[in-house]
Amino acid sequence: MISVPAPIPTLAPVREAPATRPSDALGVHRTAVRRRALVIVALVVVLALVAVASLLLGSNRIGADRVLDGLMRTGSSTDEAIVWGSRIPRTLIGAAVGAALGIAGLLMQGHTRNPLADPGLFGVSSGAGLAVVIGVYVFGITSTGATVWFALVGAIVASVVVFSVTIAGSGTASPVPLALAGAAVSALLGALTSFVVLTDQDSLDAYRLWVVGSLAARQLDVLGAVWPFLVAGLVLAVLNVRALDALGLGTDLAKGLGENVLVARLVGLGGITLLAAGATAAAGPIGFVGLTVPHVARALVGTGHRWTLPVSALVGAALVVLADVVGRLIGGFAEVEVGIVLAVIGGPVFVAVARRRSLVSL
Amino acid sequence: MSAAEQARTRTEAQARTGTEAQARTGAHPRAHAAAGRRGVVVGPVGLAWRPRVFWYTVAALGAVGVLIVLGVAIGSTWIAPATVLRSLFGLETGPDAFIVSTLRLPRVLTGALVGLTLGVAGALTQTFTRNPLGTPDIIGVTSGASVGAVAAIVLGGGSYSVSAIVLGGGIPVAATIGALLAAAAVYGFGWRGGVQSYRLILVGIGVSATLDAVTSYLLVRAKITAAAAASQWLVGSLSSTSWSSVWPLLMVAAIAVPLALATSAALGIGQLGDEVATGVGLAVQRHRLVVIALAVVLTAAAVAAAGPVGFVAFVVPQVGLRLAGTNRPPLLLAGALGAALVLAADLLARSAFPWQVPVGIITTVIGAPYLIWLLIRHRKEMSR
Repeated sequence: MISVPAPIPTLAPVREAPATRPSDALGVHRTAVRRRALVIVALVVVLALVAVASLLLGSNRIGADRVLDGLMRTGSSTDEAIVWGSRIPRTLIGAAVGAALGIAGLLMQGHTRNPLADPGLFGVSSGAGLAVVIGVYVFGITSTGATVWFALVGAIVASVVVFSVTIAGSGTASPVPLALAGAAVSALLGALTSFVVLTDQDSLDAYRLWVVGSLAARQLDVLGAVWPFLVAGLVLAVLNVRALDALGLGTDLAKGLGENVLVARLVGLGGITLLAAGATAAAGPIGFVGLTVPHVARALVGTGHRWTLPVSALVGAALVVLADVVGRLIGGFAEVEVGIVLAVIGGPVFVAVARRRSLVSL
Repeated sequence: MSAAEQARTRTEAQARTGTEAQARTGAHPRAHAAAGRRGVVVGPVGLAWRPRVFWYTVAALGAVGVLIVLGVAIGSTWIAPATVLRSLFGLETGPDAFIVSTLRLPRVLTGALVGLTLGVAGALTQTFTRNPLGTPDIIGVTSGASVGAVAAIVLGGGSYSVSAIVLGGGIPVAATIGALLAAAAVYGFGWRGGVQSYRLILVGIGVSATLDAVTSYLLVRAKITAAAAASQWLVGSLSSTSWSSVWPLLMVAAIAVPLALATSAALGIGQLGDEVATGVGLAVQRHRLVVIALAVVLTAAAVAAAGPVGFVAFVVPQVGLRLAGTNRPPLLLAGALGAALVLAADLLARSAFPWQVPVGIITTVIGAPYLIWLLIRHRKEMSR
């Protein structure tokens, strides 16, 4: 039993020790809030450290002084090209993609109430994949800049199809039909992709490189293309937080609490689509982040979406940038793609977490 | 689905199948008898008598029979169904009999058995995880098999057909080993004083993600020809089947499918949750191990023979459940539908395209729209 909050050194001033109050719950609540705030501060620090590492380390082994020169545009043109042409873009894209996928995964699992749900379940990855393959096969596109637009359109069209099927099927976009319709549409698009890819080896070559998920060879224009989608998705996600907590209690209770379930679903699904589509267009389908990060966030701060949303974003961002750095270092000049690093290293870690902690179930 | 709608479906279910508890549990026939309901007992298999499930299963099995005959009859040369039947019973000699028994029958039988085993395995895993997304993939079987097979293809070098000949049984063996190891890893890591389905799902996600990344790595680093061969295997294909792919599959199906049916009653009880199931006297952990082992063996056999044929294990149980109006996928119906789906898909794959499309693409292209249609129609039925 906790009667008085433990006197931990705090970042924010504690107004009053509630020792005389009859309500213990308030004190407990306050420590819980403080603990969660500390988690967020710690994650911000981790993300900053990882970002610095991402600027300093890479397959071109240059020292911190040269990185700084490149950053200030005072050094050689090589240093400048490495820093501004490669490391800064991939750090920013990695962080944006990771945060977007973390939030999208959280929303996805919240709406479907299914731990197996990842943003790809809405057909986002498979739609983007099919569009990229069509772009290569029919239009002969080769540049990353063009791929981004094909992927964006494909992702958004596919997820609109999934919602339409679900709403036609259940009226309220309820969880089980949503998951089933998403899986069905994804599988269909995947089959069509396989069909094209098995007919045409150039498409296969482009597709196998795109589908693993990578941050390499991407310039800031990629971020320029996707940021409006990511920001719009983030806004919808934040608007969805309260409704998502209510929906977690079940559709009927959410209605009782005054939520318009259909509107809440549409806002959430719109947010997921924009975030996941933007992220997938920028870096290819990185399934692992959206699938696992929400579980980690719930293990850290519980189920309230006010907390899990920023935590998912921070964990996702740090994870993707870190994996990218690792991939640059372990492969020498032939980098290992970030999607592969994430899954190969993240998979066992996730298994360990799933074993160790009693994960908060949905 | 609103509460009122749920209540209405529940009442309908009661009207159809007796009391709700039985509809949920599918308890032992003796219990059904005590409640004034009929049951069917064949050896260790005890099933409740449900006319709708029964007739759909009979119809699906009939379709499988017709599709087997058609599958043998249709090809680059047409063989009359009467000749096919005579050949099957050994009454025919000559070139037609050779085509039937050596070329076409193994492929058709492999297709039927792959569909059967995947359908039953999918029904088992979706039931015990109580999750429609809970395909056998979540136990890591498919990912493990893929790593094994893709490694055999990519590291074995050469094109699909060449490596298949050079390595002999290499790809199926590699796939089987991969599948069993991965499943053992998921079960082992998921064990913590027992296996609980939620933790198993999470561990499965982690293990599968890791293995899939290894597969991707092999694909990205492989020569493009090897990558093409591996991609073909990864969709699921019946193009390199022979009698040597039929026998292991037939043995596994003959043993594991009846065993799966024998767990039917326990599966129904297991759906009520661990506490209730333990309370009613079900040895939950032993039951779960049996169910997982059966699903793993069935899936591994199918994947070793034809690759991970797309979508069958996922869609077929869901279709069976909606056709039969039960609370969980009926095992035998799922198996029969799976066989019918793969056979029909293979028939299309062989005859409708100028080049041989892998069967896994067609099963998905047929299965996914059908499931979508069922989802939409379900809504219309409910609002009527």
